[in-house]
Amino acid sequence: QSLALACRSRFSRTLLRKVPETADFNDSAGERALQERQRQHMARGLPKQKPIAGVKEVIVVASGKGGVGKSTTAVNLALGLMANDQSKSVGLLDADVYGPSVPKLMNLKGNPELTDKNLMRPLVNFGIPCMSMGFLVEEVAPIVWRGLMVMSAIEKLVRQVDWGNLDYLVIDMPPGTGDVQLSITQNIPIAGAVIVSTPQDIALLDARRGAEMFRKVNVPVLGLVQNMSVFQCPKCNHQTHIFGLDGAKELAQTLGVEMLGDIPLHLNIRETSDKGQPVVVSSPDSPEAEAYRRVAAAVVRRLAEHLR
Amino acid sequence: MQQNKRKLNKGNLHQVKHVVLVLSGKGGVGKSTITTELALALIHAGKKVGILDVDLCGPSIPRMLRVGKPEVHQCDAGWVPVYADPQQQLAIMSIGFLLEDSDEAVIWRGPKKTALIGQFVSDVAWGELDVLLVDTPPGTSDEHLAVLENLRKHRVDGAVLVTTPQAVSTGDVRREITFCKKTAVKILGIVENMSGFVCPHCSECSNIFSKGGGEELAKLTGSVFLGSVPLDPLLAASLEEGQDFLQAFPDSSTYTAISQIANTLLSSLDA
Repeated sequence: QSLALACRSRFSRTLLRKVPETADFNDSAGERALQERQRQHMARGLPKQKPIAGVKEVIVVASGKGGVGKSTTAVNLALGLMANDQSKSVGLLDADVYGPSVPKLMNLKGNPELTDKNLMRPLVNFGIPCMSMGFLVEEVAPIVWRGLMVMSAIEKLVRQVDWGNLDYLVIDMPPGTGDVQLSITQNIPIAGAVIVSTPQDIALLDARRGAEMFRKVNVPVLGLVQNMSVFQCPKCNHQTHIFGLDGAKELAQTLGVEMLGDIPLHLNIRETSDKGQPVVVSSPDSPEAEAYRRVAAAVVRRLAEHLR
Repeated sequence: MQQNKRKLNKGNLHQVKHVVLVLSGKGGVGKSTITTELALALIHAGKKVGILDVDLCGPSIPRMLRVGKPEVHQCDAGWVPVYADPQQQLAIMSIGFLLEDSDEAVIWRGPKKTALIGQFVSDVAWGELDVLLVDTPPGTSDEHLAVLENLRKHRVDGAVLVTTPQAVSTGDVRREITFCKKTAVKILGIVENMSGFVCPHCSECSNIFSKGGGEELAKLTGSVFLGSVPLDPLLAASLEEGQDFLQAFPDSSTYTAISQIANTLLSSLDA
């Protein structure tokens, strides 16, 4: 390892030697050329992004803040993508190693089988193949791992799974901006990121950091989803904006990204989630399911826009 | 000269009477909210309180207490904490104070986080405190291990676990309980947050995030149930404004819930 470090410093010394001694440091073209060479050199040092075999487009669902509804949105987005176009095949990867919610939300349990090629077979429900740390450990066992160990676990969850051929792989990210996020964005080419937030300032602060992180690692932000936007009392229909009003819409404007959708705070979403019967499949005619399908349609449109 | 050396060797946590971790496992259940409200409740009860915010990726405490972006100064013993009030009853340390731009994203891998948390625990000159509350990020990772390892030299009274009533939350909190048992951290009790929403118009109670999950979890794991805090838009709004909710709304059921939890906590600490 120390040999590699020694070589790297030799490279940078060689690079600097190429800059002529009489260079005028106010020469912006020369400076730009130097910066470009440095950038290329740095890029060589970063891990190479390798696409996942068989997967056409990877969409990450992230936020920065915990508990805003990433997993609920990821699950219903995956189901929404399939509901809008039944010819598409969609997979779901739960990258939240510490608090895997996908098994509960998708009503899946059990250890994955291994194929002949020693790949893990994803567990399937509602037509969506899923993989999660939750399938590999006991329900009550905490994953007390430092970041470096988590990296190799994520690698296994991504590469050592027999995904088959998928049009979309939706990745449910954990909260924060740390090891897992870096490992995923550095190792896999990502078509786009969906950022979920509630209208609260405290959530938006973290959502903003999440968006900043994606910008830094060159992942396109497809847009924002405002979750838990408003609650309608089932008795008197009075609407309360429990977590504030339109905060996410304002953040989207500030960041210059699109609003992909607005999901209300509805008992039905939580009830169906707890039962492992996501609202898009269990109550497909409800306004909540319609809201998720609209988000899915917006994601597809944004992906196409970005490709152009 | 000798006396100074001895004082330094005792460490910055020497005059802190009680250390309480606020954990969850699940994100977004209200750890920072409960930490803030407990701190305020304890201050109203005449205690000197400190909050150590070890959520490096999403530091919420500075925002909730509206302390702005003060400079963090150094003294002989280390960093001087930021005080939320002129009487210096509430001391805070968070990475939020160290960032140049509050929108800056802290995209660090584990080892760097561990190093900073080590400094937060040992190098902040807390002085005399009755209770130091430690607000943690969700999960069971570097930050949690770093905090526990660095606090090992000093006593940790235990942890308060926060959950919302729904199944995805209690599932994660069950893991956190196992984590506490494995790391010999005493569980001081479980708080069920966002427990029921009362419509301000017709007073109908809707269990948006379900109800009773926290209490069931306490029974299941043999832990103390500290109490339920309802989902209160006024509380959410107070935190946005940096207002002292307990002073502003002393007649609310939320106030009663939080005060009861704080009192129970204090009794178990002083016991």
